Parts: sequence; C-alpha cells; structure tokens
Amino acid sequence: MEKRSYKRYYTVFILLAVLLAALIFCNINSGSVHLTVPEVFRILLYRQGEQTALNIVWEIRLPRILAAVILGGALSVSGFLLQTFFNNPIAGPFVLGISSGAKLVVSLVMIFLLSRGFAAGSQALIAAAFAGSMISMGFILLISRKVKGMSMLVISGVMIGYICSAVTDFVVTFADDSNIVNLHNWSMGSFSGMSWDNIRVMAVVVLAALTVTFLLSKPMGAYQLGEVYARNMGVNIRVFRVQLILLSSILSACVTAFAGPISFVGIAVPHLIKSMLKTAKPILVIPACFLGGAVFCLFCDMIARTVFAPTELSISSVTAVFGAPVVIYAMCMKKKGGSHV
Amino acid sequence: MSDFYIRTDQLAVGYNGTPLIRDITIRLNRGEILTLIGPNGAGKSTILKSIAGQLALLGGTVYLDGSDMRALSDKALSRKMSVVMTERIQPELMTCEDVVSAGRYPYTGRLGILSDHDRQVVHESMELVHALDLAACDFTQISDGQRQRVLLAKAICQEPEIIILDEPTSFLDIRHKLELLTLLKKMVRDKQLAVVLSLHELDLAQKVSDTVVCVHGDRIERCGTPEEIFTSDYIRELYGMTNGSYNADFGCLEMEPPRGEPQVFVIGGGGSGIPVYRRLARQGIPFAAGVLHENDIDCEVAKALAVRVVTEKAFEPIREETYQEALLLARRCGEVICCARTFGEMNRKNRELADECREKMRGRG
Repeated sequence: MEKRSYKRYYTVFILLAVLLAALIFCNINSGSVHLTVPEVFRILLYRQGEQTALNIVWEIRLPRILAAVILGGALSVSGFLLQTFFNNPIAGPFVLGISSGAKLVVSLVMIFLLSRGFAAGSQALIAAAFAGSMISMGFILLISRKVKGMSMLVISGVMIGYICSAVTDFVVTFADDSNIVNLHNWSMGSFSGMSWDNIRVMAVVVLAALTVTFLLSKPMGAYQLGEVYARNMGVNIRVFRVQLILLSSILSACVTAFAGPISFVGIAVPHLIKSMLKTAKPILVIPACFLGGAVFCLFCDMIARTVFAPTELSISSVTAVFGAPVVIYAMCMKKKGGSHV
Repeated sequence: MSDFYIRTDQLAVGYNGTPLIRDITIRLNRGEILTLIGPNGAGKSTILKSIAGQLALLGGTVYLDGSDMRALSDKALSRKMSVVMTERIQPELMTCEDVVSAGRYPYTGRLGILSDHDRQVVHESMELVHALDLAACDFTQISDGQRQRVLLAKAICQEPEIIILDEPTSFLDIRHKLELLTLLKKMVRDKQLAVVLSLHELDLAQKVSDTVVCVHGDRIERCGTPEEIFTSDYIRELYGMTNGSYNADFGCLEMEPPRGEPQVFVIGGGGSGIPVYRRLARQGIPFAAGVLHENDIDCEVAKALAVRVVTEKAFEPIREETYQEALLLARRCGEVICCARTFGEMNRKNRELADECREKMRGRG
C-alpha cells in the first residue's frame, strides 16, 4: 500500500516536470515571428543571432514564460491555502473576490500615478494588490462568520468580486484615454509585457511566500482534521490562521499585480493535483500545486496567444474554459460525498 | 492536594464571556476514569472543551500534573493530553491511517515526517482499537462506529497522560460501546492514563467510572463514586424524568406504565414474570403482580410497571394475610396469568393462588 502511493507520488511529480519542460519548449518556439528551434537554442545558450530575434526571445517570450510559471504556481498554491482555510474545495482567490479586490486597488493606484505622470513600479503594484486582497479578504472573513456552508461563502465572494469589478469599470471609464489602454489590457488578465524587473520582484516575493508556506505544511495537515484536533495537537490556531490568510493574499496579490485577475486556476489546479496524488497532504500538494499551476498557465497562455494569432485572447478566458468544468466537477463530487453545503 | 493529576479550582466555563457553569471542582488521579453525566444541554461538552483548552476559561484554574495548564506550552500540553470530541470532521482524501498518524504531530519534526518509531506507534494504536483493516480506507467513507475507533486510535497514538472524550459511545452499537469502554479501562490500568469523559449511558457510566460528576443547571450538582450517585431517585431528579423510571441496580429504563384498575393479575417469581409484565405494559393493559418476595428479581420490574404489587418479606414463606390480599386482588381482575413454574416452601401459597383462580386463566402464561 505504502509503496504504491510513493510510486504514485513520484509518477505525478515526474509527469508534471516533463509537462513543464515540454510546455516551456513549445512556448519559446511558438509565436507570431517564426524562429526555428536551432535558432532559439542559439539565442538562449549563446545569445547569438539577429537583434530582433534576440529581443523576441529574451525580452518577450522568456519573461512571459517565466511569469506564467511563477504566477501560475503562486495562484494555485494560493487557492490551496484558501481551500484549507475555509475547508471548502471550491474556494479560490478569484471566486472569493480577492483577485477583484486587488484589481480594484491596483487600478486606482495605477490611474492615480499615471495621471501624475509616473508609471507604477513592481513594488507599488504588489503593495496595492496586497491591500486590495486584504480588503476583500476582510469582507469574506466577516461573511464567513455569519454564513456556514460552502455555496453561500462562494456566492458572497462572487458578489464581492462583482462589486469590485463594477467599481473598477467605473473608475476606468473616467480615466484618461492614455491610461485606459494600459489598464484595459491588464484588467483582462495577461502574462504579456513583463519586464525582467517585474520577473525579479515576483520571483523573490513568490519564492519567499512559497518557502514559508511549505514550512507550514505540518500545521496545515493538522488543520485539515478540523480546528479542535489541530489545537489539541499544539497548533496555535489564531497565529496559524493569520499566517494562512497573509500567505494566500500575498501570493494572489502578486499574481493580480502583474498579470491581472486570472480565473479558476486557484480551484482547478489544486483539485486536479489532489485527485492525481490521491492525497491532500500539504507537504506533497504544495509543491505539486506549484508545478501544476505553472503547467496549467503555460498551456493556457500558449492557447491564448496561438489559437487566434495574431489576436491574443485574455488569459482568463482560456483558464475559464479549462478550469470552470473542473470546478463544476469538483462541486458535484463533493456533493456526492454527502458533505456540508 | 496537588497529587491529583488533573484538578480544577473554582472553574467557570461558558461561551462568549457568559459563564454557564461555575465552581466546577474536578479531581482525578492517573489510572482513574471520571465521567460527567447530566441532561442534554447541561454543559458537559462545555466543561470538557474548557478542560481540554479548546475554550477559554471564564474563571478559575485547571492544574495538570501540578502546574497551571495555561502556563504549559502548546507542545507540552499536546504531549500530555489528547481529545476525542463530537465535532464531525470531513478531512479530504485522508485514509484512516493518515488520521491516526496525525496524532504523532507533537513528536515529529518541522515538516511532520514520520519516523519508523512513529509508524510503529501508529500501527500499535490501530491494532489496539482493532482498526488495522481500516488503515487504507478513506476516513469519510467509514461508519460512525469505525470513525470513533479511529479517532480513539489517534488519541492513543499521541501517547498522552490524559484523554478527554466527549460522548465517545454515542454512535456506537452495543458491541462497540462495550469494546471501547473495555479498551479505555484497560489503557487506564496498563498505562496509568487519566480519562475524563461524558456519557449518556448511565448503566455504562456506573460500571466504568471511578468518579461520577453530575452536571445540572448552572452547577455541578453532585460528585462522588458511582455507588453514591446512582440511586434511582437521584437519577430521576437529575434528568427531571416525569414519566417512566430508572432502575439504578439494573441500569435499566422503564416506560411509563399503564394506569387504572388492574385487568390482569400476574403470579410470578424468579424472573418468570418479567416478560409478561413487559408485554402487558407494552399493550397498555393495567395489571397487578404478586405474590413477590422483596428480594425477587421480578419484584423490581413489577414495582416499575404494575399498578399494584403484592409483596412478601424476603426469605419468609408467604403469610396468610398476604395470600388473602393477593386473592382479593386477583378476583377483581378479569384474568389471571401464572408464570411461576417452580414452587417451593417460600412460595407455596402462589400455587394455591393459581389453583384458586384456575377458571380465570386462559391457558397462556
């Protein structure tokens, strides 16, 4: 029994790693400008080649791939944290309105700064997104004290999301024309237009948050048995809950700050990963979720930019197409299990 | 004073700052079982949760092994005390073995990886509660009784000095109730555990506990050995029973008996009457019973169920006036049933009674 489950874990991790490598390979070799595989390799390894091609690979494709990997991973880990926190398999930063809250505050900050002639830096964006996440999170926490049951919580989250989106639209409508172009692109969700500076900041933030998350996998495992037993096993519930909230908010804020709100990744990926591993042990699920999120987002991003090339789809439309069915499936399975709704 | 393993001092418990029960004094040594009994909603769970550190105390102190429990670190406490509570848990994709392994939490390292020793303790704990065959089953897919056993294994696997259990027998069938309590008893003896639990089954509480604490209203009404607590009258009072009765000697409940003029007279003795009493009570037929010796097993049940019972002093042959009284009563009834099969010196008159009333018998009984 034990041997078999270890074998399963190895298989899943190897599969995810292979998929990730394959998708990185595909992504770096596809795009509106055709480059041959040897060309790309030369550019990557020796930085040799035509200047435009060099730029395309180094300044456009590679940052975009890295952004999809880092942010996709962050988003699904954030989703897993929220699911653990609310003991609710369909919780996630998007459905709970946390992404939308971040989006609202980021838009406000962007417009404010742009109207004064500054471009918002990476740190400012993350800070704004984090503030927005925490505001939405605050509302969700207040509501979760009043309503029990996962459907109600999710409905409340969706409502908060709508309110935030409405206010964002309102703000954008009254923003200067020049701002709108920027904002519109971002508020639809996209991994494009990342600078190396962006990548550095997101890598540092996400890596730090992930490390802390991983170190919390032990109390998280205890928390999956419910508050009573977790406390009995020596988990300081209050501190632990604050940690979970902060970490999931930082991770999803980071995503929203750079790539805008991206739907369903936070629910679909953890669900898929848990079904593949056949366990919810955080120590396995957290790293697998990161890999899975990276794979999922790279795949969706590839579709977003290649299917109707040169027109790009918003990343959220693609993740929704693939993610939403998984969420519906997860809900049905949970119902069948006779759980609380 | 301080040689009690767990001791509470003027403990007040409740929710949201409102004390529900005050002045709780609980004292227990290792190697003993303390049981909380009392009506629903009396606050047994609240007391247990407070002692287990799940609820903030609203006053007073809990001393564990001589030191104030609040002064113990979370980790130190988790190595001393484990709990089995009534909260239903729905862990996702966890096997029973995973759930039991969680009990090793206080002993594992930073990442919670189990050592070989940990695995062995998990195995032994599951073996102890006969749950080894459940190891690979999904925790949410097993029955309530199995779940209770797995949770107990988890509690054992934590290698505590005290276990707190809130109504551990509630969902179990009689076999598993017995097994669970036998197991607790055994562990208490073998490992010198202290056990605090709440039970609804008074008969079991009476048999398993060293100390019984009665929670009633806003206070601990009584506290003592089972012999002191379990009297039929007190239990009636504690639970505010208005119909039916509780027999403390047998630990059995009797329904409210039919009232009115007795229609049937039952001649019993030596246990032969009990099934007939029950049948008549069930059918709602008021009946009288006699002549029963006060030390007869039938007498206890007849007192709970019959409208009238004609009794004779223990170990005395039935006297003439008792016989006449029974005869009078039997003649007023429409039917007489004789269940007694053996007649000796003591109950010779019962045979006379049966002979006398032969025409009122319908060949049954």
